[in-house]
Amino acid sequence: MLTIPLEYYLIISAVLFTIGTIGVLTRRNAIIIFMSLEIMLNSVNLTLVSFSSYFGESSGQVFVFFVMSVAAAEAAVGLAIFLALFRNKNTIYVDEVNLLKW
Amino acid sequence: MTLSLLFFSILAVLGISSAIVTVASKHPVKSAMALVFHFFILSGFYLTLNAQFLAVLQVLVYAGAIMVMVVFVVMLLNLGDEEKLKIRYNAKQYLAIGLACALAMMLVSVFVVNFDLRQFDPNLSLNAGTVTALGKELFTNFLLPIEGVAILLTAAIVGSIALAKKKLN
Repeated sequence: MLTIPLEYYLIISAVLFTIGTIGVLTRRNAIIIFMSLEIMLNSVNLTLVSFSSYFGESSGQVFVFFVMSVAAAEAAVGLAIFLALFRNKNTIYVDEVNLLKW
Repeated sequence: MTLSLLFFSILAVLGISSAIVTVASKHPVKSAMALVFHFFILSGFYLTLNAQFLAVLQVLVYAGAIMVMVVFVVMLLNLGDEEKLKIRYNAKQYLAIGLACALAMMLVSVFVVNFDLRQFDPNLSLNAGTVTALGKELFTNFLLPIEGVAILLTAAIVGSIALAKKKLN
């Protein structure tokens, strides 16, 4: 039997989103920033799925499908950028890559 | 009723702690492994929400494809520990954490205060997450976005090859 209130899922996803935000704001390894970004995307997915289940609508889960495909595309391009970055600057820490800063 | 709540709380504790390990551990491989675990826990959440197709897709796409790519890049770059992790927590970092906590307060308070959200109705959602329902939605109402996603994925493949290549000529 599934009798968990909807708020519980929303609070869990809010907490996960916040953890991801902390990771993006405080870490300097670009790959870990990327992983924190994935946590944020997944927390939003959890919100979408829980709303979709609680209201009996499939379209929320279709949105999750699209978020997943965009995340896959982002992963491919982002990791290629990290490789190119490492090849050129020999670092992947975002505070050492300050070409566009002055 | 209590059993489902127990299962939910186990999932919640595991999910949040694995997310914290992902964000806080020094070595990228450790965070990647914690993130794989986190994706499995999220797939468990989807199962409790009657979203079977997305639970399978979560394991296939995230824990399978994306994390393999991330771990591959981590191994390829051969990064060590992030040495300055502790020292670098200066005022700006504390400001960031404070802002994130404020964001958490806002996000949680919106849901807690007084939205009269409906109780879970298992009969309503039993068919929302099946492959049949999702496929029907995807190939009728969302046909154009599906084609857009196909183009996006093709562009991402071409772009990532172009970016990761040694020389562009």
